[in-house]
Amino acid sequence: MVRFIEVCKRFGKLQVLDNVSIDVEKGIRTAILGPNGSGKTTLIKTLLGMVIPDSGDVLFKGESVIGKHKYRREIVYMPQIALFPQNLTVKELLDLIPKLRRQSARYDGLIERFGVNEFMHKKMNALSGGMRQKVNLVLAFMFDVPLIILDEPTNGLDPVAVLELKKLLREEEEKGRTIIFTSHIMDFVQQMADRIVFLLEGVVKFKGTVEEILQETDSSSLEEAVASLILKNQKVKDYA
Amino acid sequence: MLKIIGYVIKDLLRNRWTLFYLLFYLLVGFAILIFSGDFSKSTVSFLQIILILTPLIGTLFGVMYYYNSRDFIELLLAQPIRRRDVFIGQWLGVSVSLGTSLVLGLGIPFLWYFAQYEVAGDQFVLLLLLGFALGTIFTGLAMAVSVSTDNKIRGFGYALVLWLLMAVVYDGFLLLALIAFRDYPLEKFALIATVFNPIDLARITILLKLDISALMGYTGAVFREFLGSTTGMILASSVLILWMLLPFALITLIAKKRDF
Repeated sequence: MVRFIEVCKRFGKLQVLDNVSIDVEKGIRTAILGPNGSGKTTLIKTLLGMVIPDSGDVLFKGESVIGKHKYRREIVYMPQIALFPQNLTVKELLDLIPKLRRQSARYDGLIERFGVNEFMHKKMNALSGGMRQKVNLVLAFMFDVPLIILDEPTNGLDPVAVLELKKLLREEEEKGRTIIFTSHIMDFVQQMADRIVFLLEGVVKFKGTVEEILQETDSSSLEEAVASLILKNQKVKDYA
Repeated sequence: MLKIIGYVIKDLLRNRWTLFYLLFYLLVGFAILIFSGDFSKSTVSFLQIILILTPLIGTLFGVMYYYNSRDFIELLLAQPIRRRDVFIGQWLGVSVSLGTSLVLGLGIPFLWYFAQYEVAGDQFVLLLLLGFALGTIFTGLAMAVSVSTDNKIRGFGYALVLWLLMAVVYDGFLLLALIAFRDYPLEKFALIATVFNPIDLARITILLKLDISALMGYTGAVFREFLGSTTGMILASSVLILWMLLPFALITLIAKKRDF
């Protein structure tokens, strides 16, 4: 479904992505892991056309995405920080995005699931971080698209909402949707990811299933496995 | 793109600054018409506002709006929308909002005046059109500057310097050059130099229309001498329209290469 082919990206002196090649298969959930600043968000943004790679290519359904925009009809992206115009109400925002995308959306069930219906008429700037994240989730799941990209979807969510998100992700997979997500919550990743890509300083250090990473690092939990991969490379100290 | 323009206009309508801007023009419009007495004098006062203030306000709004909606721009870029449309849509949305404030803010006092005294309205319409064009050009240039840098302070700085150059410094340098080289035939140089400054072009267009030689300045006189009032006006306003295409090209080019 998605192929990153030898993608390189440099911001000034910093090599953010270094020859990254990944295949994301259709219908499964792929987690992109890595410490802060390892290039996860940049990688996602190359797929969305927001960051243009210095070299390499990104394919979606076999076609290069560089310089194109129509393919994004089939992708929904949930950014890490909820990026909304502050003076819109939740309802206005949920109605605006489908208009801009020229796609129909169904959010009635979703707003109830995440309790967003309780603050539909509040302005975005009056919402707490967790509430915004819930709106963010509704926006990501309200379209019927084959690929959903979630950047840190659990940020600021209460346990009830996290459970609801897990259920939703499983349902989406049953519908045959492909999901790419990043997360710092290793429990969440261990439960939700079919495959894992581990990035460190812009380099892919591991690709495979959860079982494979546990085996390879001889660990009992994903947290341990990731920590041991980082220690092995001994470059990054700050893992949040 | 139309949806983005529509969204920006709606967004700005809720914004208190747009209202403030409209009220400011209403106040200034009525004040000038009531206190200056003579209509041709008021036209000249309006001209000053349009030549200096409209570009300044366009610049400030262009930069402010871009940086304030930076987050939303990122959200838009992740949608199936062409990059160019996101930025050009924002530019046109801001320009139409500001232009409408200008036309209403000065137009209403004028209509009130027109109902009382019979004066020629065409000069005034031209003034408003030029104000609209200058506002659009400077909003666009400010946005092009803003898109090129993530640093808000730097963006503000560059955009203001650009305005200062066009509104104040350019004429000063032109004058200095004309004095320094006064022994040479400078008409063509002056003519060409004017083309590179939209504020000068607007000034000349309206002064040719008003036919106030004393205010025309050197370049204005050259325009009239070389081209006659009508041809001069048509030429100056066509170049002004070309100027409106410049932000379009700049924004498209800069946005195409940027990472977000």
